[in-house]
Amino acid sequence: MWTLFHKFGSPPWLYRLSGSILRWLLPITLLALIGGAIWGLLFTAPDFRQGNSYRIIYIHVPAAVVALAGYYVMAIAGAVSLIWRMKMADIAMRACAPIGAALTFVALVTGSIWGKPTWGTWWVWDARITSMLILLFLYLGVVALYEAYENKALAAKACAILSLVGTVNIPIIYKSVDWWYSLHQPASIKFTGGSTIDPSMLYPLLFMITAFYCLFTCALLLNMRVEILQREQRTAWVKALANKGAAG
Amino acid sequence: MYFDSLAAALQMDGHGAFVWSAYFITIGVVALMVYAPRRREQRFLRQLEGQIRRSEGGNPPGASKEV
Repeated sequence: MWTLFHKFGSPPWLYRLSGSILRWLLPITLLALIGGAIWGLLFTAPDFRQGNSYRIIYIHVPAAVVALAGYYVMAIAGAVSLIWRMKMADIAMRACAPIGAALTFVALVTGSIWGKPTWGTWWVWDARITSMLILLFLYLGVVALYEAYENKALAAKACAILSLVGTVNIPIIYKSVDWWYSLHQPASIKFTGGSTIDPSMLYPLLFMITAFYCLFTCALLLNMRVEILQREQRTAWVKALANKGAAG
Repeated sequence: MYFDSLAAALQMDGHGAFVWSAYFITIGVVALMVYAPRRREQRFLRQLEGQIRRSEGGNPPGASKEV
């Protein structure tokens, strides 16, 4: 376990490992996303109340679920970076922020588009939607904070603290539909007790959630590779890579 | 397939504009998530390669390497 932990701290090892993972994971992920989208768009029956507009669920829910999970990844990486001063954790935290922001943006925009035919409005300032907007600002805050500091060690510390403080928002997002009156429907998929979604709609949704988790992993590795190269540009292995003119 | 024709799939009983626009926006964001870091990586390696070439070209063989 500790050997693996130490290996993760080695930039060239992680760079090469990410290259070989991405070679098969990225095409599988893109195929899964296309397949899942076609399944949800064309091969499921419409919702009896919302009609065909409900098909947005196959991108809205996975994007939101993974945006929330991604925040935990960022906060844990931030904690590891603060406690053990591990360079790779700092890189992972930094790499998570733009991906999380992109996924939160997708969740908010697709939710807004879904809201128009369903609720009759593009936007309401209710608890779920507002707390998701705060999540977007937290992700963008980490990106901006990192860029604001000249001293990158200090920047990493500040970002780690911001991401840890921001974790308060995650249970609020999860529970917002139960704690406050909201236009947003409560969770349809429940791990404890029965789900309130038909299996014919549940399976493509679970498939798309898995595909979005894979997308997050791919994007995280892709962003980490750039960060690793930029930080290690003075080392012999990066110079050798540049001389080869190959990206791995 | 649930829909009888391509036109029905595009229209989705009046919800087509909402559903398809949501999917196209997502495709754009996903493409950017994958393409942007790959492009940054390639560009960075090219820049570094250029820097190395320039520094090697600036030092004639046998010249002392001053730091």
